Amino acid sequence: MIEVRDLVKTFGDFCAVDHISFTVPKGRIFGFLGPNGAGKTTTIKMLTTTLTPTSGTIVIDGHDPRREPLAVRRAFGIVFQDPSLDDELTAIENMELHGVLYGVPSATRAARIADLLAFVELSDRGHDYVKQYSGGMKRRLEVARALLHHPPLLFLDEPTIGLDPQTRNHIWGYIQRMSREQQVTVFFTTHYMEEADRVADEVAVIDHGKIVAQSSPAALKAQTGTGSLEDAFISLTGHTIRDEDASSTDRLRMMSRIWRRR
Amino acid sequence: MKAVYILWLRQLKRYVRSKSRMVGSLGQPIIFLFALGFGFGPTFQKAGGGNYLQFLTPGIVAMSVLFTAVFSGIEIIWDRQFGFLKETLVAPVPRLAIVMGRTLGGATVASIQGLIVFAICLAAGFRFATSALLLPLALVFLFLLALLFTAVGTAIASVLQDLQGFQLIMNFMVLPLFFFSDALFPIHGLPTALRIVLRLNPVTYGVDGLRGALTHGFAFGLGEDLVILGALTAVMLSVGSYLFSKIQL
Repeated sequence: MIEVRDLVKTFGDFCAVDHISFTVPKGRIFGFLGPNGAGKTTTIKMLTTTLTPTSGTIVIDGHDPRREPLAVRRAFGIVFQDPSLDDELTAIENMELHGVLYGVPSATRAARIADLLAFVELSDRGHDYVKQYSGGMKRRLEVARALLHHPPLLFLDEPTIGLDPQTRNHIWGYIQRMSREQQVTVFFTTHYMEEADRVADEVAVIDHGKIVAQSSPAALKAQTGTGSLEDAFISLTGHTIRDEDASSTDRLRMMSRIWRRR
Repeated sequence: MKAVYILWLRQLKRYVRSKSRMVGSLGQPIIFLFALGFGFGPTFQKAGGGNYLQFLTPGIVAMSVLFTAVFSGIEIIWDRQFGFLKETLVAPVPRLAIVMGRTLGGATVASIQGLIVFAICLAAGFRFATSALLLPLALVFLFLLALLFTAVGTAIASVLQDLQGFQLIMNFMVLPLFFFSDALFPIHGLPTALRIVLRLNPVTYGVDGLRGALTHGFAFGLGEDLVILGALTAVMLSVGSYLFSKIQL
């Protein structure tokens, strides 16, 4: 479903993604892990056609994002790291707008929207403006919206941030069921390692733009001789504090590069 | 086509729902209308220019269209900051459809705003001096101005990353476009340098077209106004669409 070979993205002389390669077969749940600023979001942007790679090849559902961006976009649903709803519209209006943009037939649209709102438990708030929503409610709505057009592939960039354990479990349960029953492929990033451990069939760990490990969570723990994925992650990417330091400078450096390029 | 419609509808919904913005952006044209219209009226009359309110109304209508249109185009920056832009850019819809929906929506909003200001001018004492047959022509000029400057706003917002340049645009582009046009004073008898500046300003042709259609006061003539404004609108629509298509997140 996703094939990436030798993918590179540089901003000025800063290399955000450095020759990464991986494959995600259809129906798998793939966790893409890494500290802040490691290159996760840059990779997702390239996979989802909003950023042009410096070099390397990407194939999504048989299509190249550079040559056939529309075919690629039809194939996936996405929950972005940051909010992407229109606050001035109601939840249902946001869903409808998405449905129209993705060509969901109007005959089934309303029913599908109602089902999804019920699933994320927002049925009684469907006619409220999104600006009246809490952070967690917005997140649930975005997950529901990403599923609206029945995409065979889901990108989830830290989808469960700001959600309570109940909602997190609920959402992952649904995503796992979809993956099993409808062979939906899921590509997600998260900072919750126990979450990745529980749901991912396979994980890749990226640090400083390079993939430093890739296997099933169990194999990763065995490989690093650690008891939890969190420990495995830290043993692969170094100590948390040092990494957080490095990442904020990385981000600043990247920001200033983008800034100067304007 | 449906994508164009739904994005057009979104602009309209946002406009109708933000009452404060609608009312707020009426303040400026109303102040200009009353302060200048009635303040300069007697002087203008004595100088032989006729009724100043009659002269000023097309200028004030054009002003509200200009400001609202540029602002509508620039809304892309807000959408970028609040994230909604991403949602439309990853949708399986050509960028051209997205930019068309947004631009048509922005232009419609600016035109409505212009019509509201025109209604206020009517209440303040403006009277048609031409036949009602020319009213559709006035609407054409109104919409062309709206389309042109929404496209200008779109082009600028596609290049800017944040709102820091916004004040710059207001002070060094929108205000000069308004003041160095024939909105407030006639082009006849101006110093040559100023006349050339006015001639290079697209707003001038929009105001002249409106003025001609509403009060028979063409300075250049219908054909010239339509051709220049229409051509510029086509060019800016292309530039705006092109720059929008190049946005990277």
